[in-house]
Amino acid sequence: MERNKTRADNQPSGSHEDPRLESQPGNRDGQQKPAGAQGQTSGASGAQAQSMEVQGLNCFYGGFKAVTDVDMTIRPNKITALIGPSGCGKSTFLRALNRMHEVTRGGRIEGKVLLDGEDIYAPNVDPVQVRRKIGMVFQKPNPFPTMTIYDNVVAGLKLAGSHKKSELDDIVEDKLRQAALWDEVKDKLSAGGTDLSGGQQQRLCIARTLAVEPEVILLDEPASALDPMSSMKIEDAMQDLKKRYTLIIVTHNMQQASRSSDYTGFFYIEAMGEPGQLWEFGETEQIFSNPERQQTEDYVTGKMG
Amino acid sequence: MASGSLNSNLSGNYRRRKTVDKVMTVIAYLCAAIAIVALTLVIIYVVARGINVWRPAFFTENTALFGDGGGIYNAMYGTAMLVLLSMAIGVPVGIMAGIYLAEFGDNRLGDFIRFVADTMAGIPSIVVGLFVYGALVLIMGWNAFAGACALAILMLPVISRTTEGIVRMVPGELREASLALGLPQWKTMLRIVLPTAAAGIITGVFLSVARAAGETAPLIFTILGSNFFNTNPFEGAMAAVSLYVYQASSSPYEAVQEAAWGAALVLMLFVLVLNFIARAIALRQKV
Repeated sequence: MERNKTRADNQPSGSHEDPRLESQPGNRDGQQKPAGAQGQTSGASGAQAQSMEVQGLNCFYGGFKAVTDVDMTIRPNKITALIGPSGCGKSTFLRALNRMHEVTRGGRIEGKVLLDGEDIYAPNVDPVQVRRKIGMVFQKPNPFPTMTIYDNVVAGLKLAGSHKKSELDDIVEDKLRQAALWDEVKDKLSAGGTDLSGGQQQRLCIARTLAVEPEVILLDEPASALDPMSSMKIEDAMQDLKKRYTLIIVTHNMQQASRSSDYTGFFYIEAMGEPGQLWEFGETEQIFSNPERQQTEDYVTGKMG
Repeated sequence: MASGSLNSNLSGNYRRRKTVDKVMTVIAYLCAAIAIVALTLVIIYVVARGINVWRPAFFTENTALFGDGGGIYNAMYGTAMLVLLSMAIGVPVGIMAGIYLAEFGDNRLGDFIRFVADTMAGIPSIVVGLFVYGALVLIMGWNAFAGACALAILMLPVISRTTEGIVRMVPGELREASLALGLPQWKTMLRIVLPTAAAGIITGVFLSVARAAGETAPLIFTILGSNFFNTNPFEGAMAAVSLYVYQASSSPYEAVQEAAWGAALVLMLFVLVLNFIARAIALRQKV
């Protein structure tokens, strides 16, 4: 597979390991919170939101360029929404942010993606570690069918190493509460993960992502396969989650983007076969009320797409 | 006007189509019935001829190719030994080959292995027996291990191709979910993909074992057949139920010929049970 091009875990890493990607209490750029707040949370074992910085990112599928030259700053403890017509590279861009893009056949990138100042595509960075820091929730709910609700939540922890049962019990309750699912499933934690409804499954997937304590959570149209009620529950959960995590969400739902996000990026392709580009990026209010470019306005007002 | 034209123009065609439809349905039912009747007759016949031979001693005595025919104790032991040994050789190799084909086999090497596996599945079993005779038996002498090798070669293509198909059927979303949780690829394979595909893989294994258990031709060249109880799989001729059916049925003694029916019944039930288990597991599969 092409994967080896961007992956270099067979390189000697002893002398050149990146301590900063392991744990970094401080936060150098894009810092919005007062330093005191950061210091407090770093004492706890919980996750800690981080900023991300994208510099000149190009995404490819084999010879095809799907996304070109994106620069973007993603602020911690904010929700950044990515909108745009189908096929404009939003999802590809999102998957490049936690090195899931290279899992696709022929997927590779050029450019830099910094997590708290550290390039996640640096040659000595293990993509497995990147994905533990930057979690992902997919469009279609995908709980593991062979596992119970309980095991689904802690799958990322249990399969990565041994944990004490009492510890896992606490994590399961905590994460299911954060994903706003605890009350609905607390009496049937040993039921199969796929026995839940679609909306519940998606919240289970969110809880599963939270359990590995990421710093950034990527959501790829998490509510597009769900009914409005379930969609609303996920939106509510997101508002709670941004207190502890940095969230980036791809959505086709304009109302959802304008209601729940702090920043919005509009992706656009000028013509079929052209790569997608970040057409406009800014605070959500500005993008939806007073965009700088015509295409953005046409899209958010429903004249296009 | 509209309804008039509907009736007059189409009625001829429609009537003809209806008739053809009926005739075809009857033919389809008949063909299905023939298949079922043939299978049922085989089962009834084997049960009717075989059940008379069944008595306690039939299962506790060794085979004898003369006199009253004896029992099939050593042959059942031999078949069990052959099945277990061939599984020990064929199942791990077959499953791992299938995983390779599904996960990494989208290249020329993968295409080549698939081609070899499909060709191997079509090789007559007696040719495989002959091959093992040349490769192992001429050096080691008659032994059960050589027989198990021949059976494993017959099982390999079935297991690897079934495994490949089932592993490919595991939704890509589950792999992605696991990778996105920060689990390495080998753990994703071992702990997520394989458990999800387990029921299908086990079904494939059972079906191939059922096939191998009934094979006779390759055993003629490898374990030879024996009327003694041999526990050493690496040395000396051994008996097997399928081989005994073949040898006893060509015996001049009528009692021995009857014993062959009893052994055939044992073999048939064993294969049927394996098939039922395989189907039960397949039905339980979630994905």
